[in-house]
Amino acid sequence: MLPGFVMEAFQNDRGRFEGPLFKRRVIVLFSYTVRRLGSLIPVLLGMAFIVFMMIRAIPGNPAQVILGQQATEEAVAAMTKELGLDKPWFIQFWDYLSGLLKGDLGVSLKTNSPVSEEIGPYLMATIELALIAMIIAVVIGVNAGIVSAWFQNSWFDYVAMVIALIGLSMPIFWLGLMEQYIISIQWDLLPTTGRDNIRDPVEAITGLYLIDTLMAGRVDQFFEVIKHLILPGIALATIPMAIIARMTRSSMLEVMRSDFIRTARAKGMKMFWVVYKHSFKNALIPVVTVIGLQTGLLLGGAILTENIFGWPGIGTYIYDAILSRDYPVIQSGILVIAFLFVMINLVVDLLYAAIDPRIKYK
Amino acid sequence: MPEIATNTPPILPPKEAEEKVISPWKEGWKSFRKNKVAIVGLGIVSFFILIAIFAPVIAPYSFDGQKLSDKHLAPSAEHWFGTDEFGRDILSRVIYGSRISIGVGFLSVAGSVVVGSFLGIIAGYYGRWIDTIISRIFDIILAFPSILLAIAVVAVLGPSLRNALIAIAIVNVPIFGRLLRSRVLTVKEEEYVTAAKAIGMGDGRILLHHVLPNSLAPIIVQGTLAIATAIIECAALGFLGLGAQPPAPEWGKMLADSRAFIIQAPWTVLFPGLAIMLTVLGFNLMGDGLRDALDPRMKN
Repeated sequence: MLPGFVMEAFQNDRGRFEGPLFKRRVIVLFSYTVRRLGSLIPVLLGMAFIVFMMIRAIPGNPAQVILGQQATEEAVAAMTKELGLDKPWFIQFWDYLSGLLKGDLGVSLKTNSPVSEEIGPYLMATIELALIAMIIAVVIGVNAGIVSAWFQNSWFDYVAMVIALIGLSMPIFWLGLMEQYIISIQWDLLPTTGRDNIRDPVEAITGLYLIDTLMAGRVDQFFEVIKHLILPGIALATIPMAIIARMTRSSMLEVMRSDFIRTARAKGMKMFWVVYKHSFKNALIPVVTVIGLQTGLLLGGAILTENIFGWPGIGTYIYDAILSRDYPVIQSGILVIAFLFVMINLVVDLLYAAIDPRIKYK
Repeated sequence: MPEIATNTPPILPPKEAEEKVISPWKEGWKSFRKNKVAIVGLGIVSFFILIAIFAPVIAPYSFDGQKLSDKHLAPSAEHWFGTDEFGRDILSRVIYGSRISIGVGFLSVAGSVVVGSFLGIIAGYYGRWIDTIISRIFDIILAFPSILLAIAVVAVLGPSLRNALIAIAIVNVPIFGRLLRSRVLTVKEEEYVTAAKAIGMGDGRILLHHVLPNSLAPIIVQGTLAIATAIIECAALGFLGLGAQPPAPEWGKMLADSRAFIIQAPWTVLFPGLAIMLTVLGFNLMGDGLRDALDPRMKN
């Protein structure tokens, strides 16, 4: 649905991509994109600096802390050298940055292999989970919000908004545990942990098992993967779903008060179309912003969800690294998620600029 | 609100007319009181605060008294919420846990408010390069999903309740910093600030007497909502083993310790989670109500 909206913002009255207005919008959007990318650089640098500082900020001798109290002096000295802690900090930071630009995310202290190679499958697992969670959150949240606004002050409105408020206050790790207890253990409906049937795995090509199983032509495994996705997906979707529902409702209510909605209704248009076409289209902008913001936050929430459902994603990767004090993995894991977060926000901002013809960026 | 003052009949002597002026706070309370949902929130929050204060009086048992013969008892008249794997009374632990969660909530937000307000005011009032630097730092902190940054901070400082509190405070600083900065930018243009400058008031006094009081309402609203988030984050860190350490009855930690026994003793997982949810719900409801009452502009 979204691409249609994006397109429409650029079309003229006859639905063609031409004319002075189209040209101006393209120029405006282009210069906005360039400026937005420019302002990203200090933020990315700062992020890298914070992550870089993680090891250096460890109280005491970082190398000693990482290796533990029993470590020999030689081992500590070797670790200090390996982490580059013996050089001045700005040279260290420069090395770190130039490494990052070359795609060097450091070497795991536990497995001794480059983080950039290890992280791929974990990242794909998290992306798959986050995508499913976001689909659940958007489909249910947006529709609940629309119907709540449509039948404002009805029992549906009240129930939906109370559920949304509770969902907003829900510790997702607890919700996950309760899901496991009731649905998996008591009713035995869905699996408690993992991503697929581990006794009969499908070769990972993309890392997104939904696609991998289909590529391998294994429909049975495909449904197995879906089954594994449902519970963690719902747990992770809860908070964004609640926020999206609330935002959609309030945005819809505002739009539905406007004159053009009254006109549409006076024309005798069916209420369904008034709500879903005229109102929703105009209520979309704040909703898109919230959806984007929540997608980024989902990546943070994934740490907790993955921990509960034994999901082999980047959250689990970071969590295990914290337990074994594998700092390069913690650093890079956090940096990768934060980078994704920033990129998602960038895309949302650009989308926002593209779909609202009223916004002019000078 | 000025309309109220003009509503009073002009015949009244000025002194009496002055008394009819209702302060914005009183008016805020009046509209807050009418909001049933907000009152429910206030009720829940007060309930948990009272429990936290009077924990030693209310709790039937101590929070760390182990009695292995009473391991995993189901909820009963003696142990309303049952017992955990060490035979500790879960009700008592949940009651004592409210001290930790609410304490961390209030303290961390207080820390964020103080540091954030200070930085925000400086950035907004002095502008130029100071503003650029401070605002960029806020941008960078906000560029991390908050729970992730909190985890990073704790990973560096080492897991403990105190460090979890610091981490949560740090990630919330930009919220208040940005708030205060934008308030300062607005208030700075007001005529009474120009007037204050004209009569020779110093920067410090202007900030203290004009800018801060004018920013109190949004701080309170945002602060209440931030406490809710802080409580969840504290529980999340505890759950991951990065917050409170045993035998502290922290709700998130209780969940993490009991999850292995969820089949034999589901009540060990049920009640701490319910406590987190209710407390957070209370603060969220109250925050929503306060926002509607004190600062209608922030709505949406």
